[in-house]
Amino acid sequence: MTIMTRFSSRLDLRSGAIDMTHGAGGRAMAQLVSELFVRHFDNPLLAQGNDQAAFEVAAGRLVMSTDGHVISPVFFPGGDIGCLSVHGTLNDVAMSGARPLYLSAGFILEEGFPLEDLERIVASMAAAARESGVPIVTGDTKVVEKGKGDGIFITTTGLGVVPQGVNISGDRARAGDRIIVSGSIGDHGVAILSKRANLEFETEIRSDTAALHGLVAAMVEVIPDIHCLRDPTRGGLATTLNELAQQSRVGMRIREAAIPVKGDVRAACELLGLDPLYVANEGKLVAICEAGDADRLLAVMRSHPHGTEAQVIGEVVADKNAFVQMETNFGGSRIVDWLAGEQLPRIC
Amino acid sequence: MKYVDEFRNGDLARRLAATIAREANASRTYNIMEFCGGHTHAIFRYGVQDLMPENVAFVHGPGCPVCVLPIGRIDNAIELAERHGAIVCSYGDMMRVPASERRSLIKAKAAGADIRMVYSIRDALRIARETPGREVVFFAIGFETTTPPTAVALREAQAQGLGNFSVFCNHVLTPAAIQHILQSPEVRDLGTVAIDGFLGPSHVSSVIGSRPYEYFAEEFQRPVVIAGFEPLDVMQATLMVIRQLNEGRHEVENEYVRVVTREGNLKAQALVAEVFELRPSFEWRGLGDVPYSALRIKDAYAEFDAEKRFPVATRRVRDAKSCECPSILRGAKKPTDCKLFGNVCTPESPIGSCMVSSEGACAAYWTYGRFRQGSPRTQEEVAA
Repeated sequence: MTIMTRFSSRLDLRSGAIDMTHGAGGRAMAQLVSELFVRHFDNPLLAQGNDQAAFEVAAGRLVMSTDGHVISPVFFPGGDIGCLSVHGTLNDVAMSGARPLYLSAGFILEEGFPLEDLERIVASMAAAARESGVPIVTGDTKVVEKGKGDGIFITTTGLGVVPQGVNISGDRARAGDRIIVSGSIGDHGVAILSKRANLEFETEIRSDTAALHGLVAAMVEVIPDIHCLRDPTRGGLATTLNELAQQSRVGMRIREAAIPVKGDVRAACELLGLDPLYVANEGKLVAICEAGDADRLLAVMRSHPHGTEAQVIGEVVADKNAFVQMETNFGGSRIVDWLAGEQLPRIC
Repeated sequence: MKYVDEFRNGDLARRLAATIAREANASRTYNIMEFCGGHTHAIFRYGVQDLMPENVAFVHGPGCPVCVLPIGRIDNAIELAERHGAIVCSYGDMMRVPASERRSLIKAKAAGADIRMVYSIRDALRIARETPGREVVFFAIGFETTTPPTAVALREAQAQGLGNFSVFCNHVLTPAAIQHILQSPEVRDLGTVAIDGFLGPSHVSSVIGSRPYEYFAEEFQRPVVIAGFEPLDVMQATLMVIRQLNEGRHEVENEYVRVVTREGNLKAQALVAEVFELRPSFEWRGLGDVPYSALRIKDAYAEFDAEKRFPVATRRVRDAKSCECPSILRGAKKPTDCKLFGNVCTPESPIGSCMVSSEGACAAYWTYGRFRQGSPRTQEEVAA
């Protein structure tokens, strides 16, 4: 990735669009990299112009995670595919308790994608990376023909390092442990749905997309022995709890009344026939810890801006079936199962 | 949330449960068919059965629009996309329902057919306007609830001269199905299916009113109580059925007064009457041919009728061997009576339609009730 800096005319970021030359490896691609990616991501490792970023690694356990982003629409209330692609990967790294260090970004752009939109997305990624203190140090761009992509796909990879004494894993939930959620669920999914082309509705709800490594750092500092951490993204809280239950071979009992759901999210879900337990989040986490640690962990979460509405929602129980069960507000109990297919509005 | 939380109040539920337990006569049983999948869903999601005394049982009815559509009609929809090159627009629930030869709309889509999931028929109209060079067919299914929107769309298509839009009509009628169940030998003569009363449809009744049920409440001497889809609606209506049975009455009563009137939505009814007419007979999955139980598009709108626009021939296709969906839809069997249930047939890989739709009885049993069945199988085994 040799970076050229002199071109006959500047990229037309107002009315230009991606064409096949932007992925062809020639001058046009070099200009795109230089005038868009390098300019916005702005860090010394990227500015070296190598095909890779080289850096010293700290001693300890390294963590690596990757995530592809294919969201539609690319701009939504509370965020866009750019900041989402940074937050999503930072969160996946952070859910090991790690401090994220570096990010990479791969772009697949569809011919015809407006450069104005691309710049908006790249600027949003750059801002998210800057706020998180984690630079995007290497990247790649490919262009596919019109009709062979959905505008823009972004894949990000993150590297991080786990502090000494932290051993967080999805298989460590034990009977008696407490289950904590960091805030209201379903905001991201409802914000996205409200802007889907065939389903527009008015709502004040904004995506909760946010980087959670700051919250995680505060949590592991107080309670290094957190057993499990996971961000309930696709499939929502229900899916995450089922994953953890299965990995740890335990059951879970949660209380509907304890799970924070915003009124607008509940109303939108009610109208569409969706269950907020299965709706995606991008700035929330689930923590599982020993019962004796729960109060202190909850307190530190609530004192962090991304955890003010944290709640203990239930506990881990012994259950060879690994079922997640919920006490309903109605007074019954029901299983909260894996999602089959997609959640769909009901017809009748 | 206003107008919702009030109908899911746990304290009221316990009080209602106590009243039902007190009034239900211990020397008899009460077999109550909830017609709609929406009721089945509420019963399982909120654990209503847990709050009932042992002699009060719910028999799950055929009121799941996806479940009762015969396989041949899904084959037709796939053909419209594959053979006739149409953009077929369908409600999401239909996408995974098994058609012939282990196919489905979603598999046909993956194989290249242009099949699109829409939330409303308005989306199909929009697609037709936006793609003038292509035929766009809306795969219309459902009971009286979804029929008026289809009628509105057909009128709109005609008014706008939308020449590339048509409807593959599969709308069916609730009263005909209830009557068919009551006339079946299993209920009437053999008594193998005991149905003492009905929880009448909720949203359907908001359109057709409570009057259409009066005939068979009288003729078949079964109480019908129209019930909303909230759990307290179901419980209150159940109590009303029990009271009627205790008093030897068989009337149509309306628990869902906040929405349903005796006459129903006259404007919607007029729209439907303008655009649709009765089919002499229509095949229902599980019930077989039911006379005057479905609608077709009137001649005045023939150019928007996919069955007239394309050569559509519906074959009769048998359900998968040992799939009990037909008996389950008639209330003759419970999902757990089926050998395939939870075994080879799960919501992930459904064999029968009752396992696909969230309104289907099998899906409700599986999703909300699995832990009650003492299933020895672990999730690892299921996943394997």
